[in-house]
Amino acid sequence: MTFSEQFVAFKTIVIKEYLRFIRIWVQTLIPPVITVALYFVIFGNLIGSQIGNIGEFTYMEFIVPGLVLMALISNSYANVVSSFYGSKFQRNIEEMLISPLPNYLILIGFISGGMARGIIVGIAVLTVSLFFSDLNIYNYPVTIAVFLLTSILFSLAGIINAIYANSFDDITIIPTFVLTPLTYLGGIFYSIKMLPEFWQQASLFNPVLYMINAFRYGLLGVSDIPLLHAFSLIIAFIVILFLYALHLLNTGKGLKH
Amino acid sequence: MKALSITNLHKTYPNGFTALKGVNLDVEEGDFFALLGANGAGKSTTIGIISSLVNKTTGDVSVFGYDLDTQVSQVKSCIGLVPQEFNFNVFEPLDEILINQAGYYGIPRHIAIQRAEKYLKQLQLWDKRREMARELSGGMKRRLMIARALVHQPKLLILDEPTAGVDIEIRRSMWEFLKQINKQGVTIILTTHYLEEAESLCNRIAIIDQGITKEQTDMKTLLSSLNSETFVLDLNTHNNQLPDSVEGCQLNQIDTKTIEVNIAKQHSLNDLFKTLSDNGIDVMSMRNKTNRLEQLFLNVLDEKLPASHNE
Repeated sequence: MTFSEQFVAFKTIVIKEYLRFIRIWVQTLIPPVITVALYFVIFGNLIGSQIGNIGEFTYMEFIVPGLVLMALISNSYANVVSSFYGSKFQRNIEEMLISPLPNYLILIGFISGGMARGIIVGIAVLTVSLFFSDLNIYNYPVTIAVFLLTSILFSLAGIINAIYANSFDDITIIPTFVLTPLTYLGGIFYSIKMLPEFWQQASLFNPVLYMINAFRYGLLGVSDIPLLHAFSLIIAFIVILFLYALHLLNTGKGLKH
Repeated sequence: MKALSITNLHKTYPNGFTALKGVNLDVEEGDFFALLGANGAGKSTTIGIISSLVNKTTGDVSVFGYDLDTQVSQVKSCIGLVPQEFNFNVFEPLDEILINQAGYYGIPRHIAIQRAEKYLKQLQLWDKRREMARELSGGMKRRLMIARALVHQPKLLILDEPTAGVDIEIRRSMWEFLKQINKQGVTIILTTHYLEEAESLCNRIAIIDQGITKEQTDMKTLLSSLNSETFVLDLNTHNNQLPDSVEGCQLNQIDTKTIEVNIAKQHSLNDLFKTLSDNGIDVMSMRNKTNRLEQLFLNVLDEKLPASHNE
């Protein structure tokens, strides 16, 4: 395929993926915004007022970055895992597999769909947070970079989950038993400095901690993790997962006989 | 030029089952090619390999001179596939399914829209273009898959049992459509269990059995190799007494006004008619045993015969 044909093909996947979740916006866009708004009300306002400040920020201000990123992570992941597995289940993924589309374009197309939903939900949650706190973004480039890179990373993870999945149960196991615990234990609601030494060290093995802290740095200017460590880890994970997902597509794992 | 060339194709699945044990096929450009075989013979596996949905174990495949191993993108561009199972997104409207499929081949959206209109109209689906695919009947779903396979205007169209479960009227209209696009230069490979379909449409044929190509020839040669043919004769008057024997024929009384004759290929029908005539049996009409019910059904649909004549 020529470059312009590849661009047309890529655009086709992106539009298709975008329309897929927009068509069912009541299921895909509204619930995460309502859920996070409840977090703001209950944890931020009601309980947070009893907790007091963390550092120089109110508890509400402190939890905003983590909750925004949590919405971004779960929606990027959910979009790709459900769309890709749905295509596999209905076998309409074969429409792409029999076409001359290179596998990296299939990958990038699905990632873009995941990013689109993650970013729309993330921005919606960030907008809702303005009703509860005065947010001044401390560092725009860092905020945007973490926002985009995290979305790419979890879209990739969603594809890998979908490739391995053999049933709809398989696409809920990872989000329920891996993603949610890692996110909640990734410092959304607390600073790891509040933990005993052992748990501080244990938390460093949680990759989500790095993303949430880098995003918190972008929004508030504070982080438990050096920014360089966070970016290095995110980029390393993206490269590894991208190459692995591409390898799975090239070998036809779960897609071809 | 060869549209498809397959040499010594083998496929063993990870569970150890060997589906193909040496398939060889040569399809010339412009052919309407029938690929026949019993269930599990290896037809779908062969098609899966040609269309890159199944990884082959060994063997060579080339499509219009492009090698499947080294020029897969060119091979894919040449092929349109109508698989056996419905494999479109049932939650998408028909026109989007076609436009997206064209997009995957790099066809710009404004051209894809024109092509989608063209093929949806040709396959009588235009009125349904904004409906979700799940709302279509079985026959419409089959036609949708044909439209989708054609939207990038492939040189080689592969149809894996395209008329399975489709009523006779729609099947006939699909045959006409396929004949038409074959005449326009599209090479077609067809697998089917309806032998009359293969006989009616295809000029060349291959038979696969247990993963091996057993036969590959042109249709006329194959048909002429048949040893005998069975005819149904409708008699003018009631008759209960068949001739004792007619050389080269087996006669079987169906009812008092119908007999079935199996006649060896080398024997003349004149001998049969002479013997029947000598025995006072007057034959009103005659037809091949196969497709009889189908023809009657179509006559009723075309209102050539009143329904009461069907008995």
